[in-house]
Amino acid sequence: MNIGIVVFPGSNCDRDCGYVLSKVLGQTAQFIWHQERSVKGMDAIILPGGFSYGDYLRTGAIARFSPIMDAIVEFAGRGGMVLGICNGFQMLLELGILPGAMLRNRDLSFICEEHYIRVENVNTPFTNHCEPGQILKLPIAHAEGNYYTNPVTLSSLQANAQIVFRYCDREGNVTSQANPNGSLDNIAGIRNAAGNVLGLMPHPERGAERLLNNEDGIYIFRSMISALEAHKLLQPV
Amino acid sequence: MTQESKVLPQGPPTSKVIEQHGLSEDEYQQILKHLGREPNLTELGIFSVMWSEHCSYKSSRIHLKRFPTEGERVVQGPGENAGAVDIGEGLAAVFKMESHNHPSYIEPFQGAATGVGGILRDIFTMGARPIALLNSLRFGELDLPKSRHILKGVVSGISSYGNCMGVPTVGGEITFNDIYSKNPLVNVFCLGIVKKDRLLRGLAKGTGNQVLYIGAKTGRDGIHGATMASDSFDDASDKKRPNVQVGDPFLEKLLLEACLEFLEQDLLVGIQDMGAAGLTSSSCEMASRAGTGVDLDLAKVPRRESHMTPYEILLSESQERMLLVAQPGKEESVLAICRKWGIDAAVVGQVTDDGFLRIREGNQIVAEIPAHALAEEGPRYERPAAPPSYQEFLQSLNIDMLPDVKNPADVLLKLLASPTIASKRWVFRQYDHMVGTNTVVCPGSDSAVVRIKGTTKALAMTTDGNSRYCLLNPYLGGGLAVAEAARNLVCAGAQPIGVTDCLNFGNPERPDIMWQFIMAVEGIADACRAFQIPVVSGNVSFYNETNGLSIYPTPILGMVGLIERPEDITTQWFKQAGDHICLLGETKEDLGGTEYLKVIHSREQGNPPWLDVDREKALYTCMLTLIQKGLIQSAHDCSEGGLLVTLAECCLTNPSELFGATVILNQDRLRLDALLFGESPSRVVVSVKSEHVKQVKELVQELGVPSTELGQVTQGNMDITVRGAHDLPVSQLSLSLSEMSDQWHHALARQLEAEAS
Repeated sequence: MNIGIVVFPGSNCDRDCGYVLSKVLGQTAQFIWHQERSVKGMDAIILPGGFSYGDYLRTGAIARFSPIMDAIVEFAGRGGMVLGICNGFQMLLELGILPGAMLRNRDLSFICEEHYIRVENVNTPFTNHCEPGQILKLPIAHAEGNYYTNPVTLSSLQANAQIVFRYCDREGNVTSQANPNGSLDNIAGIRNAAGNVLGLMPHPERGAERLLNNEDGIYIFRSMISALEAHKLLQPV
Repeated sequence: MTQESKVLPQGPPTSKVIEQHGLSEDEYQQILKHLGREPNLTELGIFSVMWSEHCSYKSSRIHLKRFPTEGERVVQGPGENAGAVDIGEGLAAVFKMESHNHPSYIEPFQGAATGVGGILRDIFTMGARPIALLNSLRFGELDLPKSRHILKGVVSGISSYGNCMGVPTVGGEITFNDIYSKNPLVNVFCLGIVKKDRLLRGLAKGTGNQVLYIGAKTGRDGIHGATMASDSFDDASDKKRPNVQVGDPFLEKLLLEACLEFLEQDLLVGIQDMGAAGLTSSSCEMASRAGTGVDLDLAKVPRRESHMTPYEILLSESQERMLLVAQPGKEESVLAICRKWGIDAAVVGQVTDDGFLRIREGNQIVAEIPAHALAEEGPRYERPAAPPSYQEFLQSLNIDMLPDVKNPADVLLKLLASPTIASKRWVFRQYDHMVGTNTVVCPGSDSAVVRIKGTTKALAMTTDGNSRYCLLNPYLGGGLAVAEAARNLVCAGAQPIGVTDCLNFGNPERPDIMWQFIMAVEGIADACRAFQIPVVSGNVSFYNETNGLSIYPTPILGMVGLIERPEDITTQWFKQAGDHICLLGETKEDLGGTEYLKVIHSREQGNPPWLDVDREKALYTCMLTLIQKGLIQSAHDCSEGGLLVTLAECCLTNPSELFGATVILNQDRLRLDALLFGESPSRVVVSVKSEHVKQVKELVQELGVPSTELGQVTQGNMDITVRGAHDLPVSQLSLSLSEMSDQWHHALARQLEAEAS
């Protein structure tokens, strides 16, 4: 598959995503500079983690205005698969493709450590390789991952199974102790209503190799690849 | 036509002005000799920073010559932006450590952040992509609110800069002592990887080549930062806050990517970061190294403030700036890459053949100084040195006057909760230590381990230094720091291949401080020579004193080791119940200078343990042999807190689960506290699968390393039995993992959060 990874000047997980896709999973990863205006030829898009434009304002607040974004909004609108990781998730919120906003972490500091998340919905192109309720252990690394939205939106996210990942403990219990950043309803990742866009704070690309003692992130990338392959079969060439 | 007649005269400086610039009468006379005339104020400022201790190493240079700097793997030794060692497959590891102590006391967040920024630039100016940061920090005890404030500021400064750059902070160490309460230490280590044949250097070669300025605009920040770093502090030091620079990690990220693109396209002759003394040091050092001159026009320097004088522009230490010399005809390509990344860039001068650093502002020459005189011909001092009068008192310790330990369990819990020993997770979780997806061993083991993509290799890194040992015996302290660093590396399965150092001392004009410095350098040099580990880069930080009180002599070593095969990567924690626990090395009555004496008996006294280099070397060979034969499950070096703390750490640090241990120790006529908490060097605790025990014993014996079988890894408590004569039990302790874990894991957070209550 041809997977486009958008490179903002302050992206710093772009190469990590590229490495996993090409070296670990044998896909074609293409880097797309933020000043380009087209995502033509891409089967899926990843908005990677990092500090897009320094994030001195609000995370992702400037990135939403970058030249490539029109093409990404259009791609997502056509049903194209978009994965936003960490800073990429923050951008999707700023763009309004996903609802809600990020607050600073509950304890106001940057947190980098592995956390457990529970897969709440396996009927998505990002989780079809997971079992219902499966527990993944993935690293988080952010200062602003405290997801917030209004009660109405939260209910609709819950009702429509748009909450895809929630922070949990080792046994899968969703508790406030297992919540690293104060995120509403322990939300670690959500999808859009159509299901083709996912944003999550944990970094699947950091959990994709045995050498690094974590392969749980592979489930997400493999799910994407399977979904794309199935989609290609359906589409007349 | 004489050159000097064109230099803008500003009238000869008064003796007061000379003194304000930190220059002695002798030094001023030397300036007159180099110039053949009186300097103007701008020139005086230039000499002042370039000949400051910080830039010229005038008190240390003759002593630093003692370091062994050569070896098979050395690609670049001291004298460049950073050192480099060959790691095979055409690659070199580029690394260096630097201090940012003074700024971090005045303004902890920005001081530490710009320290990270500075060391990163040192690495990527060599053409290397930085892949790991470590830092060695020293703070006052945390019961002082000011110490907590400094620690929090420093940690968030490091976190903010490193995280944004996308360079993981993978390790380091932190210790606490009141001596650092008004002079904390922030030493930052960075390592990068470059293709060996693409290594860039700070050379202004090729007459007529264009000199380019890229990066942040020049402001008035940090003027005379280097001079500040060459002076002691007093209570009015807060007023120096405007001397501290402000960092912009996002801009530095842009610079990093742009510089690596220059390298990729082979556009440069040379490049140097504008660190201490900014534009001045970068230009004259690049010229001096290449034996050329540089002609700069300040009118072309991008500025962010108006009405800046040449003096201010030249001495500004605004961050995130680089000076480069382009290959002929490649200037436009350099500028195009800068445009792509949105970085300011300007051609500001050219390389000349007359050896002068010539500064113009438009048509007017404002300064003209032989570049070599600034960079290399500064004063050199062999300052008087003598042991302090209190040295004998420090070393005297009649251990028989101290009662032996009565309740070892209590002592162990106290040590585990002492911030120097306690878990530093509160700190490390604020650093992105995984970005780059190379971190195989995260913070919390003896060494951090980072794999090298595209190869099967990995590098282990550690920073070490025990300043109490150095205070008590600087020669031994220096050697012990080298030994501990190397031991940490071999415990991770790595062969030590190079070292960088950061030497933090007091005022070198005091003979006692100079003596500490010379002895510590000798200790480091002798140990590095014995272990055949070359020193490839380093940094000296003098004048670490406030109100006349000097810090303990604190040399910190940053050492790098090479691991050829991923299966050799070894961690410190127990892996499996039933594994056998062995101690390699011997425990002696080594209580002088221990953490135990400090925490329990409030004494920082005695002689640190003797370092037997042959024994230490045998241990390294033994460890690497065992690891490469796949016979070891875990290996943890014994250091602060001694054997019992080491065992507790083996039990508590496995990120997946805790383990217990059942251990029997023989007292062997030792004091009980020496057995349990003494800090004899050359010791490692290993765990071994039962089927390998026999083979390990035989090998260890063959390699001449003493070993003792201690017991087994369990899933229960940590149970320790000490037997005396005739195998009679002398002491017995049983500690639950939850109790130890609670002390060790949470002590630091508790002390830091005490503020709120």
